[in-house]
Amino acid sequence: MACIEALGLRKAFGTTVALDGVDFRVEDGRILGIIGPNGAGKTTALNAILGLIPYQGELRVLGRDPWKERDLLMRDVCFIADVAVLPRWIRVSQALEFVAGVHPRFDRGKAEGFLARTSIGLDRTVKHLSKGMVAQLHLALVMAIDARLLVLDEPTLGLDILFRKQFYDSLLNDYFDGNRTIVVTTHQVEELQHILTDLMFIDRGRIVLSCSMEEFESRYMEVTVNPDQVVAARALKPMFERQMFGRTILTFDRVERGRLMQLGEVRTPTIADVFVAVVGNQAGMAQGAAR
Amino acid sequence: MNTGTNPNPVLQSSVQSQRFGPALWSRLGPFYWSVRRELWESRWIYIAPLAAASLYLLGFTISVIRLRLHIETSSSLDDLSTHPGQNELAPALIMGTAIIVGAFYCLDALYGERRDRSILFWKSLPVSDVTAVLSKLAIPVLIVPLISFVIAVATQLLMLVISSAIFAGSGVNIAELWRQASFFRVPAIWLYHLVTVHGLFYAPLYAWLLMVSAWAPRAPFLWAFLPPFVIWGVEKIAFNTSYFLNLLQYRLTGPGGGMSKEHEQDFTSTLIPHHFLSTPGLWTGLVVAAIFLFITVRLRRARGPI
Repeated sequence: MACIEALGLRKAFGTTVALDGVDFRVEDGRILGIIGPNGAGKTTALNAILGLIPYQGELRVLGRDPWKERDLLMRDVCFIADVAVLPRWIRVSQALEFVAGVHPRFDRGKAEGFLARTSIGLDRTVKHLSKGMVAQLHLALVMAIDARLLVLDEPTLGLDILFRKQFYDSLLNDYFDGNRTIVVTTHQVEELQHILTDLMFIDRGRIVLSCSMEEFESRYMEVTVNPDQVVAARALKPMFERQMFGRTILTFDRVERGRLMQLGEVRTPTIADVFVAVVGNQAGMAQGAAR
Repeated sequence: MNTGTNPNPVLQSSVQSQRFGPALWSRLGPFYWSVRRELWESRWIYIAPLAAASLYLLGFTISVIRLRLHIETSSSLDDLSTHPGQNELAPALIMGTAIIVGAFYCLDALYGERRDRSILFWKSLPVSDVTAVLSKLAIPVLIVPLISFVIAVATQLLMLVISSAIFAGSGVNIAELWRQASFFRVPAIWLYHLVTVHGLFYAPLYAWLLMVSAWAPRAPFLWAFLPPFVIWGVEKIAFNTSYFLNLLQYRLTGPGGGMSKEHEQDFTSTLIPHHFLSTPGLWTGLVVAAIFLFITVRLRRARGPI
């Protein structure tokens, strides 16, 4: 059984279609990054998975219908929906006590262990913590829950680079064990590239790319083309072209590596570059969708 | 479900079953913690009635001191009998505060969590929307009445202690003061009043406020009080009747005017619950409350942060 299975998942708010009948499947033990521009439908997809909004189509998360069984699902699913959703009035000790009281799979000792590594005192109230500390506290609560699926929606938005680095490091080192599944959306794609096992681009309610990171790395090449080779390179139908410091950089999809190496310096593009290539121009989007 | 990945639930449920039984605890645990959470968040639930009681005691102390000075100058004890109202004023003040606290609590309960986005945190935990809404309802219909009962009894006791201290050596028979004080009869009437009126008869009012709180896009106060006003106005203009106003008045004053004089004199008859239970207003009220709560649960499930 897959961790998440969606078939024809659709959600419209009035006349705005946020998700236009998407199909996807997330296996156990994967770390999936969902990338998309603002308003692409990322958060809508996550909210549907978490049982926060009703939807049309089929959706199963850990074998359950999230909209009908949110409370049962939350025994096996954790989420950080945003930075700073912890109530401002709550004390750190109260947050621990409450989660320990309602969550059968919460290990309070573990959470206190994580907190001991930070400068967050147990008697502090959330409103007196910095934004970074609130994110640390939330992560400590979530990592102490023995869940099977963790969903993170922009978990590090507005945090400085040190906190962001620390956040993903703890997640990988102290939490992820190969059995759990993590789904994450973020705008800071470059920080995630080495973490992800799978990738999904969403644009205007549709999935425009869905692949594993191995596939991504073998498929996409970026070539800094020597000036005399530009015409020859363009003949290979690059999906995207940009200029940098007077040199032409071309992004290719599924072109043999050997041929590209004759044109110039070849490397794996960043997710952000491919994202711009796939989503940024209409031609590229059609190409990505017709995969 | 996949049983291989997680050995913990078996262990945990056996630990819990020693105390409560796993099925019972998995239902009551989240409810209990949700109620405690409400008390952590809204401390004014008990601070406001305590403040009302303290203010009352301050006024009471001053009035007793003035009385003692009066006794010393006029050497007459007649004035002691002019204080009968004070015994009712204290609980009335505390319980009145309790109603205001309950109403404002309800208006903010499901609106506040959407406004500060913390609803996303609460919904990330295995607590159902039914449990969340019922724990919020428990505050005005159960917790606040209980708190105000304890405070009212304590206030009565303190009033006696204060009077005894101030009247000591003034010739007033203190033993008589304590003998006349009622430690069972009057508190029993209070408790009965709190359970029947504050808990059961006001339930639809609190449920209405909770529903508005779960629904309102902004300004829940306005949404809670504007519709009744509009209904009253339209009814008055269109039909020149006041059924709706009478209905509200009936709901607010309670069955038979609540704790009236006659009832107190004949308190044994009011304590027989069948008079109260046969009030048709009680049952229609509870049905209306159930409908409001059902809608509230649906709203809680569908609504996100604003």
